[in-house]
Amino acid sequence: MSGQNGAPLLSVQGAKTYYGKIIALKGVDVDVHKGEIVTLIGANGAGKSTLMMTICGNPRAREGKVLFEGRDITNLPTHEIARLRIAQSPEGRRIFPRMTVLENLQMGAALDNLAHFDQDVERMFTLFPRLKERVAQRGGTLSGGEQQMLAIARALMARPKLLMLDEPSLGLAPLIVKQIFDVIGELNRTEGLTVFLVEQNAYHALKLAHRGYVLVNGLVTMTGTGRELLQKPEIRAAYLEGGAH
Amino acid sequence: MEVFLQQLINGITLGSIYGLIAIGYTMVFGIIGMVNFSHGDVFMTSAFIALIFLLVLTTVFGMTSMILALIIVMVIAMVLTSLLSWAIERIAYRPLRGSFRLAPLISAIGMSIVLSNFVQVAQGPRNKPIPPMFSGGVTVMDSNNFAVTLSYKQIMIWVVTAVLLAAFWYIVQKTSLGRAQRACEQDRKMAALLGVNVDRTISLTFVMGAALAAVAGTLYLSYYGVVNFSDGFVPGVKAFTAAVLGGIGSLPGAVIGGLLIGLIETFWSGYFSIDYKDVAAFSILAIVLIFMPQGLLGRPEVEKV
Repeated sequence: MSGQNGAPLLSVQGAKTYYGKIIALKGVDVDVHKGEIVTLIGANGAGKSTLMMTICGNPRAREGKVLFEGRDITNLPTHEIARLRIAQSPEGRRIFPRMTVLENLQMGAALDNLAHFDQDVERMFTLFPRLKERVAQRGGTLSGGEQQMLAIARALMARPKLLMLDEPSLGLAPLIVKQIFDVIGELNRTEGLTVFLVEQNAYHALKLAHRGYVLVNGLVTMTGTGRELLQKPEIRAAYLEGGAH
Repeated sequence: MEVFLQQLINGITLGSIYGLIAIGYTMVFGIIGMVNFSHGDVFMTSAFIALIFLLVLTTVFGMTSMILALIIVMVIAMVLTSLLSWAIERIAYRPLRGSFRLAPLISAIGMSIVLSNFVQVAQGPRNKPIPPMFSGGVTVMDSNNFAVTLSYKQIMIWVVTAVLLAAFWYIVQKTSLGRAQRACEQDRKMAALLGVNVDRTISLTFVMGAALAAVAGTLYLSYYGVVNFSDGFVPGVKAFTAAVLGGIGSLPGAVIGGLLIGLIETFWSGYFSIDYKDVAAFSILAIVLIFMPQGLLGRPEVEKV
């Protein structure tokens, strides 16, 4: 399942990212192996989304390296990184508000110029039946949960080698969160999809993930399997107490 | 009634030309939020390109079919003007992306001055005429000693404009290029995350706007028979007014705005005073900006969340 042997699919090595003069990542090391679900948990402002965007080259890491399939992608332009099949459902979902659901999915499949669009879009409708009902509706008119499903489906349309999800549970009803996490787990089990998941919802994320990292103030402070991290008292105190159990 | 009909015909013709230019303003504004003030002079330059090649074709090559010559000239003008606009974007605007908001605007005004002065120096400050084109037309109505005519030139302008707008609409709505353009317009960062080359898409937007401006320039030249180095400014600003009136960023808005400005201008000339036609057109700009800043089909700037 989690093929830990061999070189990782994605390797972030000592990444330091700045916004102007403010440092957001202070030297982060993260590995994601093929077929794994890896989660990154941390509080608001810890640098989770920054790490995700650094992998995609916007902003770029000022120091350190990002390797994908052994290739240094630190300084590639964002669209070329995307063309290596790193798909992201970013913070805030970023659905194109004045495009229909179908057009949003077409944008996701832009890499292959819609070569297997019909087949893939049917698959998305099986995974997220709600999208089928909304297919001709504009993205901006969808509810938060529907937008999140669309953002994930749009990322999946690229047939990604690495799927990166930034807080897919944010602001959604628990039932929809469960639905979305079920889909991610299923795609990982059945198709070996590699997932890098950023979450504040630590309990669900750690239960789903094979491995996890804890990010605090731009530094990785803890790492381990999902189960190990769930049992650590520090994690329970900082991220779980009072949360979902 | 006859005067009204004649002014309507003239107004639609002029409005078609404004509409073609206005699309260039509105698309560039939509995708990078910048008013491309050199667009009017790109239009003027395209008319000169058309003029030069029309003279070359008719005198050097002795081409007798005006229609054929005009088609060839239009294609040449579209290609060369697109290249010009591509180069302007590359040299004067792209390096300033990410700079403060006024920087590309100032650069655009600079490019506008460069173009009009270059044409003035290279082609001279006087009106440049073309040999007489096909004339004649269809008499739509003839009464009270007033013949309402629809000239062949006007028919040509209507047809060319309609065909190009349809083709353009198809590109923007149905092709992957058009989708990429709309995606960049709505969220450039996300478009890049999906593998869209944003810089290239912006370049192509300038190219498409310039190609339509070149069509407008060729039609303008054939309609009026003369062109002058200063012809970029007033039609350019009127087309910009049209884009604002229609709602800047909206493609149908640019066309409707263009037609309205053309109609307002000709009706004002016909019924009131031809000397004040520009005042009428620009008063519209002021009134729209005060009372309806989002224009007819524009969306209010509150949607961004």
